[in-house]
Amino acid sequence: MPAIPLSKAPQPSKTDPAQIRNFCIIAHIDHGKSTLADRMLGITGVVDARNMREQYLDRMDIERERGITIKSQAVRLPWQSGLDGKDYILNMIDTPGHVDFTYEVSRSLAACEGAILLVDCAQGIEAQTLANLYLAMENDLTIIPVLNKIDLPAAQPEKFAEELAKLVGCKPEDCLRVSGKTGAGVEELLDQIVAQIPAPKGSADAPPRALIFDSVYDTYRGVVTYVRVFDGQLTPREQIQMVSTGVRHELLDIGVISPEPVSSKGIGVGEVGYLITGVKDVRLSRVGDTVTSYHNPAKQALSGYKDPKPMVFSGLYPIDGDDYPILRDALDKLQLNDAALVYEPETSVALGFGFRCGFLGLLHMEIVRERLEREFNLSLISTAPNVVYRVFLEDGSEKIVTNPSEYPDGKVAKVFEPIVKATILSPSDYIGTIMELCQSRRGTLGGMDYLSEDRVEIRYTLPLAEIVFDFFDQLKSRTKGYASLDYEPIGEAEGDLVKVDILLQGDTVDAFSSIVHREKAYPYGVMMTTKLRELIPRQQFEVPIQAAIGAKIIARENIRAIRKDVLAKCYGGDISRKRKLLEKQKEGKKRMKMVGRVEVPQEAFIAALSTNSDGESGKTKK
Amino acid sequence: MERPRSSATSALSFYIHIPYCSKRCGYCDFNTYTPKELGTADLALITTPYVDSAINEIELAKHQVGQAIVPTIFFGGGTPSLMPSGEIARLISSVRENFEISSEIEVTLEANPDTITEKYLSEIFAAGVNRLSMGMQSAVSHVLAALDRTHDPANVKQACEIAKRVGFKHLSVDLIYGVPGESIADWQTSYETAFSLPIDHISAYALIVETGTKLAAQVKRGELVMPSDDETAEKYLAFDGAAERAGFAWYELSNWAKPGGHCRHNIAYWNGSYWWGIGPGAHSYLNGRRWWNVKHPTTYQSAISGGQSPEANSELLSEENMRAEFIMLQIRMKEGIELARLDSRECEQAKSFRDSGHIDGEQWHSGRLVLTPSGRLIADRIVREMLV
Repeated sequence: MPAIPLSKAPQPSKTDPAQIRNFCIIAHIDHGKSTLADRMLGITGVVDARNMREQYLDRMDIERERGITIKSQAVRLPWQSGLDGKDYILNMIDTPGHVDFTYEVSRSLAACEGAILLVDCAQGIEAQTLANLYLAMENDLTIIPVLNKIDLPAAQPEKFAEELAKLVGCKPEDCLRVSGKTGAGVEELLDQIVAQIPAPKGSADAPPRALIFDSVYDTYRGVVTYVRVFDGQLTPREQIQMVSTGVRHELLDIGVISPEPVSSKGIGVGEVGYLITGVKDVRLSRVGDTVTSYHNPAKQALSGYKDPKPMVFSGLYPIDGDDYPILRDALDKLQLNDAALVYEPETSVALGFGFRCGFLGLLHMEIVRERLEREFNLSLISTAPNVVYRVFLEDGSEKIVTNPSEYPDGKVAKVFEPIVKATILSPSDYIGTIMELCQSRRGTLGGMDYLSEDRVEIRYTLPLAEIVFDFFDQLKSRTKGYASLDYEPIGEAEGDLVKVDILLQGDTVDAFSSIVHREKAYPYGVMMTTKLRELIPRQQFEVPIQAAIGAKIIARENIRAIRKDVLAKCYGGDISRKRKLLEKQKEGKKRMKMVGRVEVPQEAFIAALSTNSDGESGKTKK
Repeated sequence: MERPRSSATSALSFYIHIPYCSKRCGYCDFNTYTPKELGTADLALITTPYVDSAINEIELAKHQVGQAIVPTIFFGGGTPSLMPSGEIARLISSVRENFEISSEIEVTLEANPDTITEKYLSEIFAAGVNRLSMGMQSAVSHVLAALDRTHDPANVKQACEIAKRVGFKHLSVDLIYGVPGESIADWQTSYETAFSLPIDHISAYALIVETGTKLAAQVKRGELVMPSDDETAEKYLAFDGAAERAGFAWYELSNWAKPGGHCRHNIAYWNGSYWWGIGPGAHSYLNGRRWWNVKHPTTYQSAISGGQSPEANSELLSEENMRAEFIMLQIRMKEGIELARLDSRECEQAKSFRDSGHIDGEQWHSGRLVLTPSGRLIADRIVREMLV
């Protein structure tokens, strides 16, 4: 039995780098990463059957429910190789699995020497997995291709082994076959990790350098920072320094995760562990930064550090205006754990007091919103997401616009918008419809490759604004859910853009203003006015709904005045019921927002602001 | 809203519920039961014990209220005209025996024009019924069919003539408009037919699709399509104008009468007067307390025969509740609401409806809030705005 009793396993800070293997698992959601991780915890004996629960490493409710990993974890697994009989330490670094967190993924990858490319052999590889695979290859990681879920009746291991072999550059028979569910092949996989992935290299005598690949706020312990040591050693009570910020901390605790935190006498070259310094804000312990010793500092930081940059913005407003202070406190608290979240107060005529928030992407936005609603019991309205525009006025001045309602009226010389490189993987049947969608979204085809006979990778350059606006839902519905999407920012480009305002009875509804391509202005105006005509109930007077570019009206609809709102009968037995109904409707009126004299139900705002047609906010599983 | 503060009651109206119909109409969600539903072949077998229970409740009312003058009695249903005339007589006698009867008492009975005979009408007239309310609904057969009613429209005319002959001075018909498939012309035919009858009162109701009815299911399945609210509003306005021209003056949202033809029983509800509802599911209102009886006739009768109150539940009206009801009911009537009774916010809200033509400007000027015809059509909305 190759599991090693924990007491006899190599101890932290005393482990020879030659005995260490650092790896991560690259996989798409649903492809069974968490289940495989669970199985590894069981087989290596770090979690006994009694304490095992599903998705053991996913801490947050949202992670477990939505099956996505937001924050990575690192687990130290002792393992005796079945091939050479020697003891090893395997550090499994769990990577976040989504497009918005590419940077976090890249830092997790930078902490490893190898990666398991895990693919569901009933589904094949997905776009984000491919993107992460390319990232891993760029980082010179050793890739072990693994087909998961071989126990499924729909499994097609031969087909997808060829696909993987082609991508990784190996032979189809080199792909391992496992089932995270039954455990089949998992021991062999652990042995192959030892055999194939190189041991970490580093100088034990050099000044310490450790890469922060994750940083999590814990209510009781403050910020817990996850690091991989490249050189030297970190020890308890030592004074450490963050290279990018220059901030100095005392190491209150240091240790490894196995899979619960265990304090140690330090961590050395090649090891992975956690640091606790007592700081309360993750922004003081940034992913990608280098930790060194204050008294014996490294001359050079590890490469690759970047400041997180919000790409997508949205206004968040409490449905009940009284909840504004709760929302403010909640954002403060979330920011402790989310260095990428930015926000500032904003006032909307239509929605009241709220915050303009910046996110890494759409999923990041959804996660933040969902955490606000769930953990802080808030009901929120969010405005349609938008990107950042750089506007040059005719007088040569420059303005950064993160809220369409702040877009300057007239006098605009040039506007720049963010551009992304998008990769779409899909069955080849859908090439036509995908190209049609991308062309209609101002896309430029970058290239196309067949991954296998019937699966294709399509690359497009697109304005991010087009992706933010229901692109993913459209892609999914046009391809019956088969296509997957990944994108990365590649800069900005000038666009022929205009702001379209929506007016109710002559009053601009700031929450509905949108910056769109000039050719899309009319369809957008028609879409919004039509949608609002359906959503806003008839009032006691006629309400015109207009779409305008500046002073020019481009679309118009009318909500006719209400003609009938009365129940014909009201006799003895009806009175109580009618009064109670009235009292209930009175409550409902509190959920109305006034735009000028027009009463707009919250639901109408929510539905009108959602970018997809069915009125639901964006889907979760991506 | 002048309500006596003490429990000594000067006036107490009676509503007497007859919870039986020979067949349930497709749009109806009233508390009524067919012989089939009750598992009996003949209603006559169950009416006598039912009336015994109802009389017990009248005695209970006497016991609880003490002295009172009864200005109105209303037999509603169900189909009260299914009751043998002797049973109607027993019920009226019981009220007479237990309470003082106003010399001008109004006693209304809802009647099915298909089944009444001259003999029957003479007998109930002799027993004290002096006003008949007949379910006419429409004069157009395809509209009656959509309502799941099968009577011959000609029966209504005949029934009215018999009633006149017998001596009834006050006759009313119910009309329903806004029925799937009913054209504006169909509706006009119906109300013109009604105007030609020897009646002094018309209730005209826009059809309401009540949940759980056969009609609701037909609409849900798409077999029947409800007309738009706008079209139904048109029908209301057309009717209101035509009724006025025919001598029927509007006096409550859905009620029009010739001089002296108003239904005083219903006015008692709208004015917040006291009433006692006899029978299963009936509501009562007395001294700021409203209660209602258990719904099923069997449960009702077993409660009564067991010496128990048939009350299912009740509510005590707060000042705020009373105010809401005052505005909600009073606004439906021709007299409207005295502006002096409204607070400044309510007045402000109402003013915007005056400006949009929903509240009569002249009446406002003379100190009353009275709805215009278009205002009546959105009365619920106006009340909502005023009360928020």
